[in-house]
Amino acid sequence: MAELKLPELAEGVNEAVVSFWHFKEGDSIKEGDEIVEMATDKAAFNVPCNFSGILKKKVAQEGDTVKVGQALAIIE
Amino acid sequence: MRYIDLGVSDYKEAYRFQRDILEQVADRTSGNTLIITEHKSVITIGRKGSDKNVFKAGGIEVLNIDRGGDVTYHGPGQLIAYPIFKLENEARDMHGFLRFLEEVGINFLSKYGIEAEARPGLRGVWVKDEKIGSIGIGIKKWVTYHGMAININLDLKPFSFIKPCGIDGVKITSLKVLLKERVDIEDAKLKLRDSFKEIPVLAEAACKRQ
Repeated sequence: MAELKLPELAEGVNEAVVSFWHFKEGDSIKEGDEIVEMATDKAAFNVPCNFSGILKKKVAQEGDTVKVGQALAIIE
Repeated sequence: MRYIDLGVSDYKEAYRFQRDILEQVADRTSGNTLIITEHKSVITIGRKGSDKNVFKAGGIEVLNIDRGGDVTYHGPGQLIAYPIFKLENEARDMHGFLRFLEEVGINFLSKYGIEAEARPGLRGVWVKDEKIGSIGIGIKKWVTYHGMAININLDLKPFSFIKPCGIDGVKITSLKVLLKERVDIEDAKLKLRDSFKEIPVLAEAACKRQ
C-alpha cells in the first residue's frame, strides 16, 4: 500500500485545490498515469502517479485544498 | 523552438491542436513549440473561475476549460501565445513559468516603447493600473499548455460582459489604445515570437522578483 502525495509544485506554493479525479476508486493505475488535476491561482496541474496499483481510496475530494506532501490517494 | 502560426482559429479546434502538440512534446517526437493565434470571439472560464463572473454572454460562446485562472474574453485582434514547453529539472516550477510568461509580455511591449510590469499578488501584464495581458496555464506530463493573451487591436467591449480574471473593477487596455493607432498584427506576431526567444524560461531575474 502506498500513498500518492501532492508533489512540490512551485517555490512558495504550499497548497492546491483538487479540480477533479481522472479515475474512480477501484480503477487500476499504471505508473505515469495522470490521476488527478489540481489547480493553484493561475495554473492547472495534472499529478502523475509514480507507481502502479489499484486506486483504493481518494483521500481528498474535488474542491478540497491539499498541502504539499499531504496524501491525495491510497494505491494498493 | 518550433513556431506555428494558426491564423484566426476556433477555440476548441486550437485546443485540440495544442493537446496533439503536447503529446508530441511529451514523448519528444517534437521539441518545444510556440503556437500563436487569434481566436474567434469566445469567453472562457478557468479552474478558479465561476460562471457568476459572466454577467451576460452577448451571444458569445462560453466554455469551461482546464487552465488555471478565472474568466476571460478572447477575440480577433488579440494575440494568443500557447507555449507547449517541456519543463525539466529546475524549470519544474509552475509559478516560475507564469513569471516567465509575464517577462515575455513585458519584453514584447517594450518593443513598442511601452513600459509594462507584473504586479505583486496579481498575475498578468499591466501598464500602470490597466491590464493588457492575461495568463493561465495547464500542465500535463510536465508539459505546459494554454498560456498568455495580449490585447492588440481587440474590441474591448465584451470585457464589460464579464468580471475579467474575477478581479473587481479591473480595467482592460490594448496596444491600440495605448499607441492611439492600429497595430500591424503580423508584425506583432513576429515580435511576440522573438520575445519568447529572448527571455530564458525561468530567467534568474524573474525568479528573484516573485
